[in-house]
Amino acid sequence: MASIDTTSTEPIRRPFEGRRVHLGDVLLQGFAGAAAVGVVVIVGLIVWKLVDSADPAISKYGVGFVWHKVWNPVVGREAYGAASFLFGTAITSFFALLIATPLAIGIALFLTELAPRGIQAPVTALVEMLAAVPSVVIGLWGILVLGPALRTNIESWLHSAFGFIPLFGPPSASGASIFTAIIVLSIMILPIVSSISRELFLGVPHELKEGALALGTTRWEMVRGVMFPYARGGIAAALILGLGRAMGEAIAVTQVIGGGVFIHWSLFGQGDTLASKIASEYQGATSNLEVASLIYLGLILLMLSLVANLTAQWIVRRVERRHGVVRGGRA
Amino acid sequence: MSAQGFTGGPLQVERLPQRKAVNLVMELLAWLTAVIAIAVLGIVVFSVARRGWSELSLNLLTKPPIPFSFTNAPQGLANAFVGTLVIVGIAALMALPFGILVAIYLNEFARPSVRASIGLTIDVLAGVPAIVIGIFIYGLLVAGGGGQSGIKGALALAILMLPFVARTTIEVLALVPNSLREASLGLGIPQWRTTLSIVLPRAIGGILTGTVLAVARVAGETAPLLFTSSLVGAHTSWNPTHALLTVPLAIFELSESPDPKDHARAWAAAFVLLMFILLASLTARWLANRSARKIAGR
Repeated sequence: MASIDTTSTEPIRRPFEGRRVHLGDVLLQGFAGAAAVGVVVIVGLIVWKLVDSADPAISKYGVGFVWHKVWNPVVGREAYGAASFLFGTAITSFFALLIATPLAIGIALFLTELAPRGIQAPVTALVEMLAAVPSVVIGLWGILVLGPALRTNIESWLHSAFGFIPLFGPPSASGASIFTAIIVLSIMILPIVSSISRELFLGVPHELKEGALALGTTRWEMVRGVMFPYARGGIAAALILGLGRAMGEAIAVTQVIGGGVFIHWSLFGQGDTLASKIASEYQGATSNLEVASLIYLGLILLMLSLVANLTAQWIVRRVERRHGVVRGGRA
Repeated sequence: MSAQGFTGGPLQVERLPQRKAVNLVMELLAWLTAVIAIAVLGIVVFSVARRGWSELSLNLLTKPPIPFSFTNAPQGLANAFVGTLVIVGIAALMALPFGILVAIYLNEFARPSVRASIGLTIDVLAGVPAIVIGIFIYGLLVAGGGGQSGIKGALALAILMLPFVARTTIEVLALVPNSLREASLGLGIPQWRTTLSIVLPRAIGGILTGTVLAVARVAGETAPLLFTSSLVGAHTSWNPTHALLTVPLAIFELSESPDPKDHARAWAAAFVLLMFILLASLTARWLANRSARKIAGR
């Protein structure tokens, strides 16, 4: 028995050439193959259906939709453009990433390098549990607790102290603001980036780490000199995936961002992102052109997230090839 | 990687105290980030629990809401809880067999090139924003006279679950030792029976874990249901051919209301939802630890 390789996990695909063909084999392979093709069909259908449903807006506005900032659903004066929502998406996801990245990497370093053995597993579980909190619950907390708290404590203080910087404009009356959306989004992408970074750090070969420490580096110098360069590509991929998540989040952002068609630099004002605009209009859209324009926003969002995802996957696969490790493409 | 060498700059032995100070600061910062993350989770859960607890009662689960009510008659969200049960149940029934079949094909039958490209498609599907899947089903089935229904909402959730179920099943199937497949095939058992009655039962624990996680995830999803199953009355219905309210959607709508009584119910519903999801995640974690040992046959 000992000679049988029990560790290989590569499944056998063609055990015997020319063996008897079983009906069951044909059926199972047929059904399973059809299901696999089904996944490709679903992705194709999503792209096709969005292009198809957005067609009235696409044919009316063309690519210019992307940089027109008007959004006016008043009948007779209808005009639609995505610019203000693209701006909102860009500014919220950029700042959310800016806040979440150092925190996430810090957590990953803590979990792999610093945490005492006893608290490693529970802290990992707690951080992953943060990812399980539904966005609508974070949004509820964001609009009723976080927003008002930020407004009275942080936004008004930043505005009075640093009001000369355009980012820190006057706080909105309700507490709904782009800033609240940024905080909510950074809470949501934190566990994603930190769990991927943790796996990357766990994958750094012990020889490299121990070698650096043996040369007399401090722990931080080892992290900076060995672990960061090793995990750099993977962390980039993790950040892009976090960005994709931040761009696509609709519900929590709709709840806390307040809404409105503006392009302004004040983080404390209200706004809308692509996803939140779609979500907030779910009962309101009246004309065909408005529905088509909303779906056009969805199409832009889909394209952005496809690009983000494919880039991240490309980086992951490149890094895996370079490091010669196959760590189940989970990212 | 080793050819790239050490990029941390030249080491300066004589500045050891300073280097040690920098190291200490960085270690403290890393501790701080972990504390912040756990504090955020704690604050969110505590906020929801504190506000949800007082409103929590059987009425929430059994009584329907009363629209435009100005009295203090007890009202709940029975319709939302029933709707979530029905819609998530149907979504799981659709996504599970589909996802498992996809995984079986990729792990047991497909050539490596096919496996890689469909694997990439699964990852791409996993990255499609939930709201986009919502408007996809809206454009495909709801607009043009079809109207909303629980089944269409369930279909949107199933698409969201599919890559998740497929991914975890692939990972679990890959853990089943090859010697099992070899032994079964060597006894002359055809591949389909080997797959269905030898490989799959061995992996069932892991698949169950993935299912529990996927159910927990979609039970909290709001965005795909906005356009597919949201325009509802206040009566409780089990019929999935009509639009059904769900718990996340109820929380969303109540949170936008100006009435503090509505907020109280939103907190209570959020508390129930959060407890369900956290318990499901814990269960899944426990199942995963148990089954990981069993699959490998140790």
